[in-house]
Amino acid sequence: MINLPILPILIPLVAAIILIFLAKSIYAQRIVSVIASIATIISSIMIMAKVKSDGIQTVDMGSWPAPFGITLVSDMLSVLLVLTASVITLCVILYSFRSIGNGRERFYYYPIVQFLLLGVNGSFTTGDIFNLFVFFEIMLMSSYVLIVIGGTKIQLRESIKYILVNVISSAIFVMAVGFLYSVTGSLNMAHISARISEIGSEPIITVLAVLFLIVFGLKGAIFPLYFWLPGSYSAPPAPILALFGSLLTKVGIYAILRTYTLFFYHDQPFTHDILSLLALLTIVAGVIGALAYRDVKQILIYNIIIAVGVLLFGIATMTDESLAGTVFYLIHDMIIKAALFLLGGIIIYIAGTSNLNKMGGLILQYPALGWTFLLASFALAGIPPLSGFTGKLLIVRSGFAEGEYVGAIVVLLSSLAVLYSVVNLFMGAFWKTTETPLPDVKKRTGSLFIPVVVLVLLSVLYGVGTEFVYPYVMHAVDVLIHPEIYIDAVLKE
Amino acid sequence: MKTNDVIFQTVAKVVFFMIIFFAVRIFFAGHYYPGGGFVGGLLTSGAIVLLLLAFDLKTVKKILPVDYKWLISLGLLFATGTAAGSVLFNVPFFTHAYDYFQLPLFGKTSLHTAMLFDLGVYLVVIGVTMTIIQTIGESE
Repeated sequence: MINLPILPILIPLVAAIILIFLAKSIYAQRIVSVIASIATIISSIMIMAKVKSDGIQTVDMGSWPAPFGITLVSDMLSVLLVLTASVITLCVILYSFRSIGNGRERFYYYPIVQFLLLGVNGSFTTGDIFNLFVFFEIMLMSSYVLIVIGGTKIQLRESIKYILVNVISSAIFVMAVGFLYSVTGSLNMAHISARISEIGSEPIITVLAVLFLIVFGLKGAIFPLYFWLPGSYSAPPAPILALFGSLLTKVGIYAILRTYTLFFYHDQPFTHDILSLLALLTIVAGVIGALAYRDVKQILIYNIIIAVGVLLFGIATMTDESLAGTVFYLIHDMIIKAALFLLGGIIIYIAGTSNLNKMGGLILQYPALGWTFLLASFALAGIPPLSGFTGKLLIVRSGFAEGEYVGAIVVLLSSLAVLYSVVNLFMGAFWKTTETPLPDVKKRTGSLFIPVVVLVLLSVLYGVGTEFVYPYVMHAVDVLIHPEIYIDAVLKE
Repeated sequence: MKTNDVIFQTVAKVVFFMIIFFAVRIFFAGHYYPGGGFVGGLLTSGAIVLLLLAFDLKTVKKILPVDYKWLISLGLLFATGTAAGSVLFNVPFFTHAYDYFQLPLFGKTSLHTAMLFDLGVYLVVIGVTMTIIQTIGESE
């Protein structure tokens, strides 16, 4: 089956089309969504096994050979991310059944989620820089719909900001691709990489590197381009927020990771120093936000920004150890962010507010929920043996090894801040006693709780089973450190 | 105020079909010459908009009882189906097939699967344009 890499893109597309036909019947939509997501997961597992045994898989679309046609490239990094994204989408869809509401379900919520997954998986898989832009757009258009669906006042206000920011960044993206094309004469990423290494570290390449950093920085929310994120992400309900928080910014990070290891690795003293500086500022900005707010959504949203900073620092250090840490942490962060946002959604549903000062004592009625939240918080902060630990350990250790003491210490301290902010959240929502007595009637949260437990469990297994995951991650890092492998696989020289 | 649009309505009935035939012509020309599904779709929706202007939303809905959102997904189905057909033959995704056939009336004709893909584009364009125009029109 030579078309294997296309399946995680094709299945959501076909599912989305079928779902539009089924718009009238919510039950049919749910069933098709779940089946399609499971099929996507299975196909990505198949690709992962294939990549593990046979190396990078490529498909030349329409039988046009690379570098002339569009090539899809599944290396270990992209297939790991595709798998993670598909699992998260399945859990979010399961969570949506009880929480998203009939109105949204009838207005094409499920098809749009499938389109979003199509865009995300496509961005991870494509080997063509202009095609990356196209998949970004598919993802963004789906996110425009998701942010405005339901049409509450705050959603309408924030969606205008969100669309404006993203339209501008997309325009810069096209310009940057145009410049890159005029310099290298190719759009195929492997071909561009080969051409750039012939040119070497010309100043124009460095300019392009910064231009791409601005584009992906706007999508990935790095300092100072994250300004739109806290507002826009607080507008949609929990399941959509979980999709956004765990997938969208990570696609931006993936794009930075890909371009900075494949294209722009020739002038590292400049480009990667900028990256490192921005990473640290991003962490600081995120920490300030996470500690300042007393609101469930805002605290979690600012934790996205902290994680972005940590990941960026891993990319900036650019050793195989730090990149391994980055890949580890990227997957961990996708899973645990989705889990935390969904948990936050349950808390808001129970308490009826997202303000921490107005809730408390939930542990008495919802002990399982409380302890799961605490477990997820510890995983987020990176307490061993949970999943955040390995990634952060590798990033910090390589930071020290490379003499980036300030950066490594900032990353370490940020973990403390993360721990403080989420434990604060736990104390506020679950532990402290409230003046107003809790209502006696317990709200039913069972069906909301199950997908969350799956995600937290995955995260725990991911941490405990590091030994098992490690060869896969090293397989991914190998390609990042040696771009020749990628180039050879695509151009088949 | 009641406007007298007898002339407009009469002309629209004829011009509608002229535009449609021209759209079909452009659609098939698209294989070797300028044209194709996108332009053909725009022309067709132009024809429907002409009817909308000459009559009103209700009448047009009676003439063409189509759910345009449905049309979008039908078009997507065509386009995706054409591309995905290559999966069955185990050739790279999106690979097209074509051959020359001796057809009655037409003579030697090349039949190309890209036409099916273009048909998908044609339907999606009509669906999207009409959905947008209907949504804006309804709110008035």
